[in-house]
Amino acid sequence: MRYNAGEYDVAVIGAGHAGIEASLASARLGCRTCVFTINMDAVGNCPCNPSIGGTAKGHLVREIDALGGEMGKTADAVTLQSRMLNLGKGPAVHSLRAQIDRREYSKVMKHKLELQPNLHMKQAEVVELTREENGIWQLVTRMDAVYRAKAVIIATGTFLGGKIYIGDVSYESGPDGMFPAAFLGASLKKLGLRLRRFKTGTPARVLKSSIDFTDLEVQYGDEPVIPFSYDTLTPPKNRAVCHISWTNEKTKQIILENIGRSPMYSGKIEGIGPRYCPSIEDKIMRFRDKPRHQLFIEPCGLDTEEMYLQGMSSSLPEDVQIAFYHSIKGLEHVQIMRSAYAIEYDCVDPLQLNASLEFMDFPGLYGAGQFNGSSGYEEAAAQGLVAGINAALKIQGREPMILDRAGSYIGTLVDDLITKGVTDPYRMMTSRSEYRLILRQDNADERLTPIGRKIGLISDERWERFKLKQKQKEEERKRVKSTVLPPSEALNRILVSHETSPVTTGVRLSDLLRRPQLNYECLKEVDLSRPDLPAAVFENVEIEIKYEGYIKRQKADIAEMRRLEAQKLPQDIDYTKISGLRSEAQEKLSKVKPSSVGQASRISGVSPADISVLLIWLARKKEA
Amino acid sequence: MENKSIYNTSSKTIAAISTPQAPGGIGIVRISGPDARKIAGKVFTSSRGKTLDDIKGYTALYGRVHDGDEDIDEAIALNFTAPASFTGEDVVELSCHGGLYILRRVLKAVFAAGAVPAGPGEFTRRAFLNGKIGLTEAESVMQLIGAQGEQAAKAALAGHDGALEKKIRQIRESLLQMAGHLSAWADYPEEDIPEVNEGSLHATLCSVKGELERLLSQFEAGRAIREGVVTVIAGRPNVGKSTLMNLLSGCERSIVTEYAGTTRDIVEDTVILGDIPLRLSDTAGIHLTEDPVERIGVERARERIREAQLILAVFDSSQELNDEDRELVSFVLRSPAIAVVNKSDLPIKIDIKYIKENFKQIVYISALSGEGLEQLKNAVAELLHTAGLNPADGILFTERQRDAARRAEDSVSEAIVAVESGMTLDAVTVSIEGAISALLELTGERATEAVVDSVFHNFCVGK
Repeated sequence: MRYNAGEYDVAVIGAGHAGIEASLASARLGCRTCVFTINMDAVGNCPCNPSIGGTAKGHLVREIDALGGEMGKTADAVTLQSRMLNLGKGPAVHSLRAQIDRREYSKVMKHKLELQPNLHMKQAEVVELTREENGIWQLVTRMDAVYRAKAVIIATGTFLGGKIYIGDVSYESGPDGMFPAAFLGASLKKLGLRLRRFKTGTPARVLKSSIDFTDLEVQYGDEPVIPFSYDTLTPPKNRAVCHISWTNEKTKQIILENIGRSPMYSGKIEGIGPRYCPSIEDKIMRFRDKPRHQLFIEPCGLDTEEMYLQGMSSSLPEDVQIAFYHSIKGLEHVQIMRSAYAIEYDCVDPLQLNASLEFMDFPGLYGAGQFNGSSGYEEAAAQGLVAGINAALKIQGREPMILDRAGSYIGTLVDDLITKGVTDPYRMMTSRSEYRLILRQDNADERLTPIGRKIGLISDERWERFKLKQKQKEEERKRVKSTVLPPSEALNRILVSHETSPVTTGVRLSDLLRRPQLNYECLKEVDLSRPDLPAAVFENVEIEIKYEGYIKRQKADIAEMRRLEAQKLPQDIDYTKISGLRSEAQEKLSKVKPSSVGQASRISGVSPADISVLLIWLARKKEA
Repeated sequence: MENKSIYNTSSKTIAAISTPQAPGGIGIVRISGPDARKIAGKVFTSSRGKTLDDIKGYTALYGRVHDGDEDIDEAIALNFTAPASFTGEDVVELSCHGGLYILRRVLKAVFAAGAVPAGPGEFTRRAFLNGKIGLTEAESVMQLIGAQGEQAAKAALAGHDGALEKKIRQIRESLLQMAGHLSAWADYPEEDIPEVNEGSLHATLCSVKGELERLLSQFEAGRAIREGVVTVIAGRPNVGKSTLMNLLSGCERSIVTEYAGTTRDIVEDTVILGDIPLRLSDTAGIHLTEDPVERIGVERARERIREAQLILAVFDSSQELNDEDRELVSFVLRSPAIAVVNKSDLPIKIDIKYIKENFKQIVYISALSGEGLEQLKNAVAELLHTAGLNPADGILFTERQRDAARRAEDSVSEAIVAVESGMTLDAVTVSIEGAISALLELTGERATEAVVDSVFHNFCVGK
């Protein structure tokens, strides 16, 4: 029998990476919040790789942290090994990635949620979601408990209609053998949401002692470790290593011989998988000429012998998995503890959302994470934070937090989802940002902490620290621009040894830093007035000087972009009545309902001609 | 279309003369918009008594045009029904005898019947807005009207068929491939993506830069063919200017003079030499003089020479060079000038070595033999770089296209400098992407208000 179980400002369905950030942000902003999870032991679970960050994802974690989110802090607390990827490829693509202790991560996160005032946690499967006449949302659990909330954030991950595939075998399941959310999907469809099926996959977990590490390449962490969070004052230590191995001709042969038994290739799975994170059978089928593929053997934690085989996800039958894993050097006798699998799930067409991640047709209903068509923990957390913040702001009658493409990867992620939609699970990449020399991981705080502060997620202590760092950057920038180093033997020795031309007259420190061959470190000896500052300050100043020309030009591009962004489009335009728009454009514009001409111009299927029609229409409307 | 709401961008019916406004065979008054047939019906009466509403699209009626009761001319009315017309609207074209006077009278009558004058480029704008043509196509349609001479028509057609677009796409494709590789390499550091080879990156960038430079360098040549060049015939009295004029008068006369934006008040005649329309004017001498009235004339002559795109400096071979000749030589030293030496049957006295030292091109003409025209044609083509121009390779037509190509070239150069100076590849990638987006703008695949504004601003009335 149904019973009234409680009333909340915000209800969050799912306590994965999106649900965590959403519920913490909402509760921290003072909203009475309840988060529902099917399994209380799965809060902040990492059902795929035991790592946080990576290219562009590392940027997202930094940005989440700069806004006042939790992911970076927790990752720092449980880091096993940390590396800054892409050093040498340029500051725009430097990305932090940390191997983490998977169980610890989940434990720490769960504890943080438990300790958070205003936040209740419930182990329950939400089976029904309806809206009352007055706009209040009603959630019903499998146990017939009825909760009422002013706003609901759906963050169901791969649980929603989850179905696992291993070869010919398939069964309804959430990730890691947990129960799926079997009923909510039907309720959402009834409500009027457009759902679709996506799939993702994960490799096997294997027993460490059954691996022969003798001939495998070791991958160490970077020293010193740079933390994700601006709040982590004592950097974590590297506590584990990873190993690298390769597939070979035999692996390829086994997979090719058995490809017919893959549910993907036999057509059993309808869900669309991520292009950017293919299974090993996908890689072999698509790149037949490639003789070998790399894989990483990563630890799942310090108190477990389970190892993760990055790069080897699969949905082939267990016997085939055993055969091809055994074909790999070092894994000849490996013991599989958990098999690789593919999982298919329901998600929503994100074109139904606006930039605060609220459903345009359902006020108070938000979506975040894989439910919105993305993939990855970091992408999920970023959206959870946006949805949580905006749900709270709306309830408090405050302006929504809209992050644009020019200010963050989070803004780029949200804009891509709601404007371009997705055809396969969306993964963040640095190449998705046209402003990536500005959206760097070293200046995430500069870009976003003032916003986080205004919203109310940045503590006084952190804010003071931020302001101090900004001041240090400013002063150091001034210093290097005004400091002139006299020509000296010592200086020229440095210059020549770094293969750049010596000087005969005094030279500005900033002009030396501009030279691609030079950096702060190598000029230390001759830069006598250098103050003692944190490494992050030097790093930031050096990048902004070295790339000054590019940064300036990207800023000009941003100004141009924001001009089109400022041309607002009302939400109630009937695009079918604007003659001159091609019918494809009418259809796309009606679906996306862009909030500005700028957003409209990024919709695929809307041509420049259509944009000019819109501009003319807007101009006429203003005249009228 | 009865929908007259504010959404409707084309509720008015517009009209204009849509053939070049110059004496010619046939002239067309084009009427476009919801009331095109009704308005045309008021000024046109078919000789068989049919009305435009009686006939199908793409059919014609023969009859007469009149202004009220007053008969103007015989005419053919061509009926196009929406959306199967150039503009995508109902269109009627009245083809009359091409005299400017008659066409203007017909247009006046059409206005009196309810049409409004078409704004600059409005027909093409409507065609564009109704999805009938793309952006580059729209621009080349305009060029087609303005085209003078065979080669210009070919270039405009190449634009119409997309030769420019094809070329740009081809350039963009190689940039996109590079950017794609660089992105994959940066975004997937653990996927053993092959290292980006800076040598081949540099080579590809240089070849793209070469392609863009070629397009840009041909812009002026393309424009010379399309719009003609302001040409000044300079030289003191009686050196052979009239001989030159006589030679040139053997050329085809240009029919179009009003379209290009060049100053034409000084144009006295336009001839087509080879492929290039020359807008000729001749000048008085440019010698030093004390006479105040003469000085004004000299100053004007200097002014014309300074503004000229081509100077034909004429000398008489039978006379020694005098101060006035030398003054002319030194004045045109840095200008695009050709020395035209008029040969008579008198003994040669001119210091030809001096002329050779000061001009890259020398052409001998002779009134007696009529020789020199072919040579002059080649010299002009060489000087204006039109000789090697192959319009089918794609030519930049408009300032807007040139500006975009230039920005693309700047970005590519920047990328080259970055590679050479050892900048990190993320910076190189950003420059390559800058070039790609400039090229997308060129072909109209990326919207900025500026593109649309400038495109339409540059259209002439009547298309």
